[in-house]
Amino acid sequence: MDITLREVEYRYQVNTPFEHLALENVNLSIPKGIYMALIGHTGSGKSTILQHLNALLQPTKGQVIIGDRVIDAEKREKNLRSIRQKVGIVFQFPEHQLFEETVEKDICFGPMNFGVSEEEAKQRAKILITEVGLSEDILQKSPFDLSGGQMRRVAIAGVLAMEPEILVLDEPTAGLDPRGRTEIMEMFYRLHKEKDLSTILVTHSMEDASKYADEIAIMHSGQVKKIADPRTTFSNPEELLELGLDVPEVVKFQYLFEKKLGRKLDKTCLTITELSQTLKELQDRGDYS
Amino acid sequence: MNKLILGRYFPGDSCLHRLDPRSKLLAGISFIFILFLGNNWMTYALLWIFTFFVIYISQVKLRVYVRGVRPLIWLILFTVFLQILFTAGGTIYFEWGLITISQFGLVNGGYIFCRFVMIIFISTVITLTTKPIDLTDGLNSLMRPLRFFKIPVDEISLMLSISLRFIPNLLDETQKVMDAQRARGTEFGKGSLFQQMKTLVPIFLPLFVSSLNRAEEMADVMEVRGYDSRAARSSFRKLKWQLSDTMAIIVMILLTIGLYLLRSNS
Repeated sequence: MDITLREVEYRYQVNTPFEHLALENVNLSIPKGIYMALIGHTGSGKSTILQHLNALLQPTKGQVIIGDRVIDAEKREKNLRSIRQKVGIVFQFPEHQLFEETVEKDICFGPMNFGVSEEEAKQRAKILITEVGLSEDILQKSPFDLSGGQMRRVAIAGVLAMEPEILVLDEPTAGLDPRGRTEIMEMFYRLHKEKDLSTILVTHSMEDASKYADEIAIMHSGQVKKIADPRTTFSNPEELLELGLDVPEVVKFQYLFEKKLGRKLDKTCLTITELSQTLKELQDRGDYS
Repeated sequence: MNKLILGRYFPGDSCLHRLDPRSKLLAGISFIFILFLGNNWMTYALLWIFTFFVIYISQVKLRVYVRGVRPLIWLILFTVFLQILFTAGGTIYFEWGLITISQFGLVNGGYIFCRFVMIIFISTVITLTTKPIDLTDGLNSLMRPLRFFKIPVDEISLMLSISLRFIPNLLDETQKVMDAQRARGTEFGKGSLFQQMKTLVPIFLPLFVSSLNRAEEMADVMEVRGYDSRAARSSFRKLKWQLSDTMAIIVMILLTIGLYLLRSNS
C-alpha cells in the first residue's frame, strides 16, 4: 500500500485566535516497502504529518492518498477504520496508552476492535510477546506492574498485533537505555524486512536514521525541505547544522577531519568501518599532507 | 478539545491586561451581583453599554467572546424557554394547558438571556486578560481575611495554581491517549450509550494512572526543593495596586449607582 501526500496543509484551531499553521504545501510519497526517516527540529511538524498517515487528522488543504482511499480536505470522511488497521502508529511514549487488567488483554484490544476473534488475537499476543523480547509468563500480569521498558514493549506489541502493512514510529526509543534502544530498533528493522512493511520513523537520532532508512525527509517549520538517501543527506553537513539538526558522529568526525586536512575524502562515510577503511586507503596511498 | 475559549488567557497589552488581578476579580464578582439590579430596559441598556465598552477596551475581537457563549447556548436557550413558557402575567398571547406565552414571560426570558450572556462575556474578559498565575495570586490575596476562620488559604491557592497549571497538560494528554486508542480501532461517539461509555475506559484509566504518577513525582520534587506547608513563605510575584485599579472600582460604584437610579420601583 502506498501513501501519497499532495500539497497538504494543516492548520490547528482554524478560526480561533490560537490558529496555527503546522504543515505547508507538503508533498511526500511513501511507496510500499520503503523505510523512511523523518527528521527535523522540535515543532517542525513531524508528528502532525504522522497523524495524517492514518487519517487521525484530515488536511485543511490538499489530499492524502492512502492505498485506494483518497482523503480530501473538503470532504468529511467516514469509516476510516479500515485505514487505521492497515496503518499502525506507535506514538511517543506508547506505554501511556495501556489500560487493561492483563498484558494479554491489552495486546488483544487492537485486533479485537477490528473484528479479529479472541482466540486468534490471543494467538497473536503469544507470538508477539516473544517477538518484542519479553517472556510469555508476562502475558497474565498487569501492565502497571511492569517496568517502563517492558511497558513500552507491550504497547508496541499491541500495535503490531493489528498486523499493519505500514508501521509508523514516533520516536519509539525515546527514554530507553542504550541496549533497549538497539534491541527495539533492530526488531523493527527485522520486521520491516521479514513482513515487507513500509516503515516511517520519526527520530532525533541521526545514527538511527542513517543506519536504517532508505530515504530521509528533512522537515523544517512545517515544510519538507529535502528528501534524499542517507549518504546524499549527510554529504552536506553544513546544511543540516544550519537547520539546527545534528549529523551522525561518524559524519561529524569526517567533516572536522576534512576541514583540518583542507580537502575532501572520496565519499561520505556512514559507519565507523567505512570511515576507517577510507582513512586506511588514504594512508596507504600516502597522499596526505 | 481546544475549542474552549472560556478560561483561556489571550496575551495582549490593553489597559485591562495591566490591571491588578484583584481589582478585576472584585469588579467581575460585583458585576454579577449588580446584574440582578436590572429590572427594566434602561438598566439593561446601561449594562449592555458597559459590557461592550469593556469588551472594546480589552482589544480582543467580539467574535472570540461570541464563541465563548456557543458551548453554553443550549443551556441558556433551555432556561429562557422554560421561563417564557411557564410564566403567567400581563397580556396573554397564547395559552394551552400549563403552557402560556405571556408578556411577562417574554420579558423575563429576555432578561435571563441578557444576564447569562453578560455573565459569560464579563468572566471571559477576566480570564482572557489575566494570566492564570495572576488570577490565583489575586484569589489568594482576596481570600487572606479567611485565615481568621482557620481556613488554609495558602494550601487552597497552591492547589488552585497547580490545577490551573496542569489543565493544558491534561488536555494534551487526553488528546494523545484518544489518538492512540483511535489508532488502535476505538471509535468515539458511536453505538449505544453503553458502548459509548465503554469506549471511555481506555481513555480514563491511562489518564488516572498518569495523574497519580505525576502527583507522586511532583510531591517528591517539591519536598526535595524544600517545600514545607507549615513554614512561612514569601512570594516571588508581588501584586501592585495602582491608580487605574482604584479607577476601575470607582467605575463599578458609579455603575451601581446608575443602576439604582434607573431601576423602576415596582
